[in-house]
Amino acid sequence: MTRYFTADHEWIAVEGDTATVGITDYAQGQLGDITFVELPAAGASLTKGDSASVVDSVKAASDVYAPVSGDVTEVNPALEDAPELVNSAPEGEGWLWKMTLADAGELDGLMGEAAYAAHVAGL
Amino acid sequence: MPPMSRGCKRMRYLPLSDHDRGEMLATIGVPDVDALFADVPADARLAGPIAGLPGHASEMAVERHMARLSADSLTAGQVPFFLGAGAYRHHVPASVDHLIQRGEFLTAYTPYQPEIAQGTLQVLFEFQTQVARLFGTDVANASLYDGSTACWEAIAMAGRITRRSKAVLSGGLHPHYVGTAQTMARFTGDTLVAAQPALAARSDDDALIAAIDGETSCVLVQYPDVLGRIPDVARIAAAAQAKGALLIAVVTEPVALGLIDSPGTLGADIVVGEGQSLGVGLQFGGPYLGLFGCREKFVRQMPGRLCGETIDADGKRAFVLTLSTREQHIRREKATSNICTNSGLCALAFSIHLSLLGGEGLSRMARASHLRAVQTAQALTQVAGVALVNETYVNEFTVTLPRAAAEVVDALAARRVLGGVALSRLVPGQADLANALIVATSELTSDEDIAALAAALAEVLA
Repeated sequence: MTRYFTADHEWIAVEGDTATVGITDYAQGQLGDITFVELPAAGASLTKGDSASVVDSVKAASDVYAPVSGDVTEVNPALEDAPELVNSAPEGEGWLWKMTLADAGELDGLMGEAAYAAHVAGL
Repeated sequence: MPPMSRGCKRMRYLPLSDHDRGEMLATIGVPDVDALFADVPADARLAGPIAGLPGHASEMAVERHMARLSADSLTAGQVPFFLGAGAYRHHVPASVDHLIQRGEFLTAYTPYQPEIAQGTLQVLFEFQTQVARLFGTDVANASLYDGSTACWEAIAMAGRITRRSKAVLSGGLHPHYVGTAQTMARFTGDTLVAAQPALAARSDDDALIAAIDGETSCVLVQYPDVLGRIPDVARIAAAAQAKGALLIAVVTEPVALGLIDSPGTLGADIVVGEGQSLGVGLQFGGPYLGLFGCREKFVRQMPGRLCGETIDADGKRAFVLTLSTREQHIRREKATSNICTNSGLCALAFSIHLSLLGGEGLSRMARASHLRAVQTAQALTQVAGVALVNETYVNEFTVTLPRAAAEVVDALAARRVLGGVALSRLVPGQADLANALIVATSELTSDEDIAALAAALAEVLA
């Protein structure tokens, strides 16, 4: 499993033809206590850069963008009752949705772990 | 207009002297005020006074002029009054007007640093509680502009929830509400399936249910409807929900809910309405008060402001605006709706009136209004050629006349009776609807009013 990152602070973990998407630890720290997560519909077709989800915190309601193109196969059912999972385990149990990869080539434009760490350090 | 004094250069209420102006112009380095408009092409600039407009008149002359104009009007309190169709005249106790003018309350607006105004927030919190109880919904917001815009916001909200964009509108929905929705849908791309009102004893529940399909985001049903009929909200709600659509109930006369079941308890997902008939008054058409309630699970998609109760740092009960992260001042163009405010002063009047009435008072008001409607319907159907359309009604019903209702309304007004609203005013150009007259009553309707209407109608139709 390989994990990639976007400049907008989404992560995407790829396993074969499918991937899991969430927001990074840095993002959840910036947002503060997360109170609600609006997820895409299962089956929704996303184009890279689409606003796919909205994360509400006590400070703001922020868009989460699709890091790559593909179809949503599953959304995290635990977030309906426990949106705080995005705070406590943003890169684990607090994942947002799973999706297919329409074009694996799109992953080349994303950052790896080290590059993202450097990106965050520069903010 | 009366004779005017022309050529007055300075307005009485503008406090600047020529000296003040001179100093300001010198500071910014322009010779005169006209120089500030140099960038506007000369042919687009007004030279001299606006042609055809009279000059200023004195305050006394304007008062005389306005008094002459108002003498041509029949006002609601002057004559037997049976107008409704979306705006209702009920008794508003004098204490409402007194209380809303208290300095602690007197703002038409939610403050932008809201937490400093705990009194205003507490009123909004109580208002929301009242609306939620009246509508039978889990939650209600702090109000919207009026019934028709609340109705559109409900359609937009159903689209966000269901991710569908086709709304099915009952023929019993007020045509002005349909018009507002059509205006908005022109720009959002939503599809509205709207029906014409039909002069049938029952509302068009079957046709409405038949129009629901897998693309439908919501079904709108007015309760009671524009002709005064009471649709079967529970049945339509079940049919809508079976197809994955939401049921939006629209209430233009909240007093009726003192007598019939709340739409929320009948299964409506969203309930919207016009709050004018409690506390606000007719006011020549506005400002009015949009009411909005829904199921708790939809609260994050609800437009407008929401006031919540919490505990402050010292453990004391406090009120805050909540869930505002999706509002326009934070989320800009991605906001849940373009409504970022509420009708604070009208909501206050509504809340005070409903507090004074209480649940029992509202119920008595509705019963009294209904009794007057029954008596009025009986009296009118004694007149030759007049027939009652409705099988059911609360305090508003529709009759058919032997000729065009609009002409009859004018003839009644000439006899100093405001006898109802011709349906053709709401739906012009439909021959089959031309003879329909919508008649509303309230606790203010007297035996004499009913007798006067029946007598004038008999005379006009003779």
